[in-house]
Amino acid sequence: MMQTATATLPHRPQVRPLPVSSVKTESQVHAGQIKIATRGLNFYYADQQALFDNELEIAANQVTAIIGPSGCGKSTHLRTYNRIFELYRGQRVSGEVLLDGQNILDGDCDVLELRRKIGMIFQKPTPFPMSVFDNIAYGLKQHYHINRSELRDRVETALQQAALWDEVKDKLNHPGTALSGGQQQRLCIARAIAIEPEILLMDEPTSAVDPIATARIEELIDTLKKRYTIVIVTHNMQQAARISDYTAFFYQGRIVEFGATDKIFTNPDNQQTEDYITGRFG
Amino acid sequence: MKPRSLTYRRGIDLSIRVISSLAALFGIIMLGWILGTVLFKGAAAINWAFFTELPAPPGMPGGGLANAILGTLLITLLSVLIGVPVGLAAGVWLAEFGQESKLAEVIRFAANLLMSTPSIIIGVFVYVVMVLTTGKFSGTAGAVTLAIIMLPVVARTAEDMLALVPSALREAALALGMPRWKATLGIVFRAAQTGLLTGTLLAVARVSGETAPLLFTALNSPYWPESFNEPTANLTVTIFNYAMSPYDDWQTLAWGASLLITAGVLGTTIITRGFIWYRSR
Amino acid sequence: MQTKSHINFDPAFRWLTLAGGLAILFLVGSICYTLIIGAMPALKKFGIGFLFSQSWDPAFKEFGALSSVYGTLVSTAIGMLIAVPLSLVIALFLVELAPPAVSRLVGGAIELLAAIPSIIYGMWGLFVFAPFLADHVQPWLTSVAPGLPLFQGPPIGIGMLAAGIILALMVLPFITSVTRDVFQMVPEVVKESAYGMGSTTWEVTRKVTLPYGIQGVVGACFLGLGRAIGETMAVTFVIGNRHEISASLFAAGNSIASTLANEFTEASDDLYLAALIELGLVLFGITLVIQFIARWWLRRTARKLGAVR
Repeated sequence: MMQTATATLPHRPQVRPLPVSSVKTESQVHAGQIKIATRGLNFYYADQQALFDNELEIAANQVTAIIGPSGCGKSTHLRTYNRIFELYRGQRVSGEVLLDGQNILDGDCDVLELRRKIGMIFQKPTPFPMSVFDNIAYGLKQHYHINRSELRDRVETALQQAALWDEVKDKLNHPGTALSGGQQQRLCIARAIAIEPEILLMDEPTSAVDPIATARIEELIDTLKKRYTIVIVTHNMQQAARISDYTAFFYQGRIVEFGATDKIFTNPDNQQTEDYITGRFG
Repeated sequence: MKPRSLTYRRGIDLSIRVISSLAALFGIIMLGWILGTVLFKGAAAINWAFFTELPAPPGMPGGGLANAILGTLLITLLSVLIGVPVGLAAGVWLAEFGQESKLAEVIRFAANLLMSTPSIIIGVFVYVVMVLTTGKFSGTAGAVTLAIIMLPVVARTAEDMLALVPSALREAALALGMPRWKATLGIVFRAAQTGLLTGTLLAVARVSGETAPLLFTALNSPYWPESFNEPTANLTVTIFNYAMSPYDDWQTLAWGASLLITAGVLGTTIITRGFIWYRSR
Repeated sequence: MQTKSHINFDPAFRWLTLAGGLAILFLVGSICYTLIIGAMPALKKFGIGFLFSQSWDPAFKEFGALSSVYGTLVSTAIGMLIAVPLSLVIALFLVELAPPAVSRLVGGAIELLAAIPSIIYGMWGLFVFAPFLADHVQPWLTSVAPGLPLFQGPPIGIGMLAAGIILALMVLPFITSVTRDVFQMVPEVVKESAYGMGSTTWEVTRKVTLPYGIQGVVGACFLGLGRAIGETMAVTFVIGNRHEISASLFAAGNSIASTLANEFTEASDDLYLAALIELGLVLFGITLVIQFIARWWLRRTARKLGAVR
């Protein structure tokens, strides 16, 4: 196989791995601290291994981009963070994914609670078959006993945070599917942030929307990082360069290089990374 | 704002999982119970005489349902001869000519309506137009009733199957200068033959187990079917008559007939579905 | 070489196939016409009162449809009340819970239930299920709900309850298989995003999967309803065939289809026959109404849910 580079995080002097603590304690995390760390992460689709010894550290309140050619394991890696892969038979994982120091792959990690803390945005917009309002209220109603007026306030806040409020405030009762593609994707972001997760996972969130909508979502990501830790998978290198603080380059299931985005895009250590970034393959 | 209890939410989820697994188990048990009963009670009645002899009067030993077996086969065969060609023609017209036209929509609606019409109503209809007018119950009337039940099913299945054939294939055939009828029967039918065959077989299997439409058309008879112009023995009405009779040996024969008809219908269905499954791989 | 001269069969082919299509139209028209004409003597004699009279006395030529219509509706209602929820949870099991091999096996078994001829349900219902009901289920129902008139009276097995349960078994496979198909059509990524919000399987099913396919599920229910309402043999065997309405579900009753099956060949005079044909007309009318409601409902939801398919 190709060489495996051990991932390192330069330019983050204040980063210390958080001590292993109960997932439930709310820790005041500052920008730059490690929010998620993977240790020796391997992934298998039945007999086929898709990820090899992934070591990655995701800094809190920063945007980390995962790039690489199709089929390199970017999405697979992302999908271990909220254990969504468990929906499918034959998909297995080994190693550790530490969220605030706690291994979420452990049996005693509550997956419902985990997914409340980690929101996910998909490649295609996935509005639920219900009104705009109910789409946002979905997670709130599910996780909390909440009265009508507070629900309304929180729905509005979420839509405002997602920069969608002005466009949909008069169509809250319209079906979510009636919005445009770009609006649907922001609806999904609003739906995810309504339950105030700590982390947002974005799996190529702009690949199914037009350039203008893409620009709006990118702006949104920039404002959202003040409140959330964001991990974004993208096949668009310019996008990674524009919006991310850290970038990990994946190739054939391995993390080839990981570091500050500026460094990766201007002066990568690894020849393969350079070839990919300059468009020689992928 | 209070978080909902995870234990409660998981509890609900687990109960639904348990309930739905039990429901599935219930379905299997019911199927097993019904088939087991039919097999067990029916096997007791099946012997050589069952397939070769005429029914004996109650209390007399021996006797079989050979006439009803033959009658059911003949009535079903005649109904296929009437229903399938007309149904196929209708399906061809809907798929090839009618398409989105107003008339096609009306015919489709009529076909759906006919499909959802209870089979006993079709029996009443044929009774009025064929039995009342001739003054005679007849095997022909029974076959016509079954054909009418089969007709919309064959038509809609044929339409669906023909519509699946890519139009490029049609166009290619027509571009060779083939007339439409040759292109349809020679090329399009061949491309859709698996679907047409299996769809028709499933329709035939369904009607061959029908009882209600035969009750007052073919009626029943203790004799060999010699002419389609008189009441004709058949298995399903025999089951009804014998099951309702107070005689144990007739009830036993009814179970034998039940086993036979179940085996026939389920066998055809399973083989057809297996064939579809095999072809789709 | 000479080109083969041939007659153009195409117009003939077109007309021939059209004749097949028109045959369907003609049949539906003739069924309506025949039932109305056949029922005319009874229509003239009893008028609208036919629907509201409970008396059914061939000896005195008094005929009313009320008990048959009541029995048809009540047995169908029992059947649907049992079959719909059961079908939904079985479909849930097949799509979301069971491993693929188990799902195929159970799904196949459920579909086999649909292929069993209705007279077999009748045989089994009369000789096996009704006695079981009388011995084990009915006494229990009476004891858990003493005082409830629905479950009073001698536990004889055959009756409205037995008919309803058998109908439930018969329509269950239809609703289950359509619901299963509908559940399977929901895009994986939409389900994933619901799971990604921390939903349980049941929450995803109730809030996302089911609304996504509600159209198809309701369509399936109407399909099942249409079958149940006209089902003849299974009901005839177990309903008890008595022209009386009673509050208890244990009591024997009748349905339109069972009355036709039992009495049609015995109809000795014209008025009796006409009354039976009018019963058939009523049943045909009910099926027609169900068809129209189903289509109207499907169009309405299609509009309401917008792009959701």
